Amino acid sequence: MNLATKFLLAPDSFLRRSFPFRSLITFAFLLTGLFLYAQIPEPPDPPRLVNDFSGTLSSVEVDKLEQKLRSYNDTTSTQIVVVLVSDLAGNEVGDFAFRIGESWGIGQSGTNNGALMLIKPKTERSRGKAFIATGYGLEGVIPDALAKRIVEKEMIPSFQQGDYYGGIDKAIDAMIGLASGQYTAEQYNEEPAGAWFIPIIIIILVIFLMKSSQNSNHIGGTKSNLPFWTALFLASQAGRSHSGSWGNFSGGSQGFGGGGGFGGFGGGSFGGGGAGGSW
Amino acid sequence: MKKTIIIVVIIVVALFMVYSLFKGTYNTMVQNGEQVDSQWAQVENVYQRRADLIPNLVNTVKGFAAQEQEVLIGVVEARAKATSVNLNAENLTEANMKAFQQAQEGLSGALSRLMVVVEKYPELKSNQNFLELQSQLEGTENRITVERMKFNETTRTYNTYIKSFPQNMLAGMFGFAVKPYFEATAGAETPPKVEF
Repeated sequence: MNLATKFLLAPDSFLRRSFPFRSLITFAFLLTGLFLYAQIPEPPDPPRLVNDFSGTLSSVEVDKLEQKLRSYNDTTSTQIVVVLVSDLAGNEVGDFAFRIGESWGIGQSGTNNGALMLIKPKTERSRGKAFIATGYGLEGVIPDALAKRIVEKEMIPSFQQGDYYGGIDKAIDAMIGLASGQYTAEQYNEEPAGAWFIPIIIIILVIFLMKSSQNSNHIGGTKSNLPFWTALFLASQAGRSHSGSWGNFSGGSQGFGGGGGFGGFGGGSFGGGGAGGSW
Repeated sequence: MKKTIIIVVIIVVALFMVYSLFKGTYNTMVQNGEQVDSQWAQVENVYQRRADLIPNLVNTVKGFAAQEQEVLIGVVEARAKATSVNLNAENLTEANMKAFQQAQEGLSGALSRLMVVVEKYPELKSNQNFLELQSQLEGTENRITVERMKFNETTRTYNTYIKSFPQNMLAGMFGFAVKPYFEATAGAETPPKVEF
């Protein structure tokens, strides 16, 4: 009788008796766990809200959606993320969506106001699948039934005609409509409301340091370099104040982001809310 | 004289090091354990949510398919059994977990039988109320899957910590026991067969 038949005949007692075998199974189990995790796409760096890993959307379309979602994130702190993949790696579409949402940390950590739109475009051989996963904090405003309706009424009809951009755009509008008023950026503004002081303090500090260094030791170069950087810094700050309202200053970390990504994912959590469909 | 001072200093330092090691390890074990407990509360929550959906579901189905007494009673009984098996976070042992899981799986089985029976009643299947309940049930099952997965993850973190050296010695001293996992059930992946 070989090991396999022994296992089949009396799995329980066999497992208890042969410890190495059992730990082997545990190890294999852990390994599959790791393996499954490895299939989740890495969070984008710099963070982006629209991530097309399947090459379905044109870069113009991606930018348009990104702009829309980014401004929504800036005003409400609610993060809606769009992910397109060409392969679900054998996972259930919903399961895949929850894992991405959780591991990327979409939404803010306190309010969990993140949502993820996962789309696997239809190919010749496989069906298209779409899923809207809502974070804990959005389950109330976008209940499963409404998520399902958005997928079926807004997304799938467009997707069937090959218009992925249109479907995603309409679905985003619907979600924004539902989630509006639930979270405002205010609660996040409160703390960094005084954040506009920080650049000023830094500028003062820089000037102060510059002066003191000029006084104490006369190293060539620093004299000409520092004012240049300060001027550049001031110019960039001035540019910012022109482009937006006061609310924009509250971004705090954004002020130093150098124009790149948005604030980043906030560590929101997903609990299995949402619904999907296929076509 | 000088020697004794040195020895005393060494002893004090050693004691302090042992103390801080104990403290750090102990506190981490407590924290990890707390995380498992709070995740367990989430798991119970979603199971409760499912149990709460059932009376409504049974009533709706009854309106269209009253003759399916057996299946309906099966669901009601399985629900009663599942809600009667309460498992507090502090009693998380292998045996208790097994009982809990068994009761909940009994309910899952009864529900899937109900969903199979429902296929025979097109009127019921197009009933708005029923469709709503069905999608809610679907969402709840999704939540159960997610919370169970999270529970297993936090439990794995805790178990790995208390089983590793040298924490395993302290864990034994202070009675930190290994906590059980949710185990995937045989055949859980295969959907129920539809027979006509």
